[in-house]
Amino acid sequence: MDLEYQLIIPEFVMAGLAVVIIAAALAFRNVDQKWFGYATAAGLAIIAIVTAVAYWDTNDDFGAVLAVDHFTVLFRVFFLGIAFFTVIAAVQFAGDRLKNHAEFYGLIVFATLGMMLLAASRELLTAYLSLELLSFSFYILVGFNKLNPFSNEGSLKYMLLGAFSSALMLYGISLIYGVTGTTTYSAIGPDVVEGTRNIAEQLASFAGGSGGVDPDGARPGLLIGLVLITAGLGFKVSAVPFHQWTPDAYQGAPLPITAFLSAGGKAAAFAFFLRLFSEAFLPAAAEWVWFVAILAAVTMIVGNLMALQQTNFKRLMAYSSISQVGYLLVGIVALDAANITQSQDAASALVLHLIGYVTTNIAVFAAIIAFYNRTGRDDIVDLRGLAERQPFLAFAIAAALFSLAGMPLFAGFATKFIIFQAAFNNGFLWLGAIGVTASFVSLYYYLMVIKQMYLYEPEGSDRERFHVSRPLAGALVVLVAGVLFIGLYPTPLFDVIHSSTEGLFEQAAALSASVVGN
Amino acid sequence: MDAGEALLLLLLIPGAAMLLTILVPSRHANVVRWIALIATTATLIDSIWIFAVYDFAQGGYQFDLQYPWIENIGFLGENGISLHLAVDGIAAPMVLLNGLVGFAGVLVSWKITHRVKDFFILFMALFTGVYGVYIGQDLFFWFFAYELAVLPMYLLIVIWGSTNKEYGAMKLTMVLVGGSVLIFVGIFAVFAEAGAGTFDMAVLRDIEFGRGFANTFFPFFMIGCGILAGLFPFHTWSPDGHVAAPTAVSMLHAGVLMKLGAFGIIRLGMEILPAGTDFWMPVLLVLGGVAAVYGAISAIHQTDLKFVIGYSSVSHMGFVLMGLGTMNNIGVNGAVLQMFSHGVMTALFFAMVGGLYDQAHTRDIRVFGGLVRKMPLFVIFFGIAGLTSLGLPGLSGFVAEFHIFVGAIDTFPLFAALGILSAALTAIYVLRLMGRAALGPFNPRWDNLKELTRWEIAAAIVLIAPIIAMGVWPDPFIDRIAPTVAELPGVDQIGGLFTLSSLTGR
Repeated sequence: MDLEYQLIIPEFVMAGLAVVIIAAALAFRNVDQKWFGYATAAGLAIIAIVTAVAYWDTNDDFGAVLAVDHFTVLFRVFFLGIAFFTVIAAVQFAGDRLKNHAEFYGLIVFATLGMMLLAASRELLTAYLSLELLSFSFYILVGFNKLNPFSNEGSLKYMLLGAFSSALMLYGISLIYGVTGTTTYSAIGPDVVEGTRNIAEQLASFAGGSGGVDPDGARPGLLIGLVLITAGLGFKVSAVPFHQWTPDAYQGAPLPITAFLSAGGKAAAFAFFLRLFSEAFLPAAAEWVWFVAILAAVTMIVGNLMALQQTNFKRLMAYSSISQVGYLLVGIVALDAANITQSQDAASALVLHLIGYVTTNIAVFAAIIAFYNRTGRDDIVDLRGLAERQPFLAFAIAAALFSLAGMPLFAGFATKFIIFQAAFNNGFLWLGAIGVTASFVSLYYYLMVIKQMYLYEPEGSDRERFHVSRPLAGALVVLVAGVLFIGLYPTPLFDVIHSSTEGLFEQAAALSASVVGN
Repeated sequence: MDAGEALLLLLLIPGAAMLLTILVPSRHANVVRWIALIATTATLIDSIWIFAVYDFAQGGYQFDLQYPWIENIGFLGENGISLHLAVDGIAAPMVLLNGLVGFAGVLVSWKITHRVKDFFILFMALFTGVYGVYIGQDLFFWFFAYELAVLPMYLLIVIWGSTNKEYGAMKLTMVLVGGSVLIFVGIFAVFAEAGAGTFDMAVLRDIEFGRGFANTFFPFFMIGCGILAGLFPFHTWSPDGHVAAPTAVSMLHAGVLMKLGAFGIIRLGMEILPAGTDFWMPVLLVLGGVAAVYGAISAIHQTDLKFVIGYSSVSHMGFVLMGLGTMNNIGVNGAVLQMFSHGVMTALFFAMVGGLYDQAHTRDIRVFGGLVRKMPLFVIFFGIAGLTSLGLPGLSGFVAEFHIFVGAIDTFPLFAALGILSAALTAIYVLRLMGRAALGPFNPRWDNLKELTRWEIAAAIVLIAPIIAMGVWPDPFIDRIAPTVAELPGVDQIGGLFTLSSLTGR
């Protein structure tokens, strides 16, 4: 087979960057450690720009395992952007509170590489390996603050449950392989329908039956495979009831990693989710749509209700991110096998919400990191009087929290409007109604945080106004501007996303055309 | 009439003022105030111009302006979501109302000294949102503006409010946003059912929705919007919120924000789902009547001035809902007139109470007495608001309530009687208030009270002018409202309206 290696140059360069950063730390021991951070950020920015320019018009496959299409390129740039902002936000934090900086940044780059590969994967095992690269990087990063018992606890929980979920997913993959005889998405799609019949025929002949073949004979295998893969993915995106590791990992991890985990980790898992379910499993939508719908509903409800009682800001954000996963799952539910236009809308809506959510979440965390750099505290009550001490940070946090609650002017309003629309349009009125109600509940706990910042006077020994370091403040301005821009005029972004999701449904479109042709 | 840019200015001016204010360093409080004053003056002039130029002979929607925002992509067809602005004869007086109350609100907020910059940023956001609801013709932006009008309330109350502000602010926000959940679901149900791929109200109005669908989703709009209009039994946020809010916010809140609810019932309910009105409008009328009486009785018992006015707002908004519920031209006209009349009147009330509270630091009616000796202008202005409230002929309240009662007698005589009863109850609490606090024996504790500031006097004059204008010459309002009301689907024509020109036979 003729493999076109130039398609995956960015991935090679990423791997190179990670190695170079780690090696450089060995070579230059006397350099101020923050330069490793800035060098990483610069490298990520350059790769992002070059990737966007050089690959945008590419639409090609790397063998049967990776696709480099609009979707891949969009997510490559997106992940690189997430990593870029994470690193910028992490520099001062790492300098103050962590050791072995170069390895820290190197692992972030490795995790980003895993994300990029995951979004491009069109083969189950490749996707699995990418996911593991991502997860292993995160296991280490969550426990990076090795003298902190919370960090260790979070990392251990995350790793044990992560390994468990990987096993579930692998078993699901093996069942799908057993039913369809293939692991590539392009082959699974038609085989989900056809392959089950073939297997059923084999089973029937094996059992000595010669008469009517029951095409549903292999259905249990398919169904269990789907359930297991969804459960495994549920762990990775922390959907309820697979979410238990999330608050501990979020609380234990160093703050920049919490940000990276909640933004990048989720985005990557959803890129995988979307590609898998739209390319491979769309024809079987009737089989899985109901349990994904239940998963979405439960996730939205439980995530929001649990968030109500949190006192630690990181745990609050953990549950808030769980509830956001529920909204994102609504996008998966709105995929419709019979209606490709509707499916593409749903996919675009999901990606739009994902980008809006990630931008907002990184903004929250960047602001909290700036706050933490000064105070070293991360309980909600510690934010008291922030509006007096650092009005810009308070404004950024308030804007981002309003965005997460889906309030107008900010990204959350427009993106939620569009994602719920997709569900309503696909006949899931009840799910949309739960989503809107859940989002209403979430306003309460976001307001509780905002109240602390704006209502009360600063308390404790440290009440001075303080400054935020330049790069972090700059990043924060860009992020908040992004949140406002997506909220007020998402049209250009939506156009780009819509052109990128088209490729996901080419096969399903061809398939349904051939069905109509017959 | 095709000057839609005038409508766009209503959004751009306060929006630009908001951005400009963000850029001003917070130590320049006066710059911030003047920006707000100039912006609200400009929008007031613009609003007056729109009201004056609205061509009532032609009727219908005018000043039409449409910019596509997202269209022809995926689920959205042509004009899928667009910035579509227009006013009809109902929106025109509402635009004027917002201009007046916003302008007066800035005047009475002049003396705010705590975090002036933040206050005016939020104030302008709220102000823009209210305009957006009145002139929006696209459900996406309509809802956007609706939420934008509600959202700043939380911070405005929590930071600058008084009396139990944390509770009041949270209750208000959660109840109102809860109402908007219903609206949100309703909007999507309408969008999906119409299948036209657009959120443009102009298109959706022309689509006929089935009776079953309309009956199911009409209450989503009726209750969702009704909550904001103080619909019984969801009205309890309103007095708590009013009491907790700072003066200017109470003014905007009772003056224009509560009208958004009634306006939403007209825009979303009556215009888009007319098939649901048969079943639900009598319910609205009954609930409105109950709120009118209940609000008035509650007001009698209150001792806090703001609570009195808060419950009086519930009572008066009950009249509005009653008027809408009559579904005949006289009643609905009365409802819209009452929206305007109550808006300026209650804004005046709150402006005056604010002026008193800032000096006296209490609003307990029982401790006041003989204020007329120290604050004669305050008593006069407060008196005018009170007399408007109880429906004295010659002031705007009379014109509005008279229409509502006549309309209600035609549909539900019993509830018309209830309404008239509650107007009588209003007289009790207003006169009692005046008698005790304003006249009565002078309480020497208040020896060092001063007259209202000139900013407050200016605000009061701005608000009193339309009260008297509408009381003695309602024609300009009725001329604009009546043709639009006549075009509302399902509204019966039961007779002529009571204008000066109809009385003089010209």
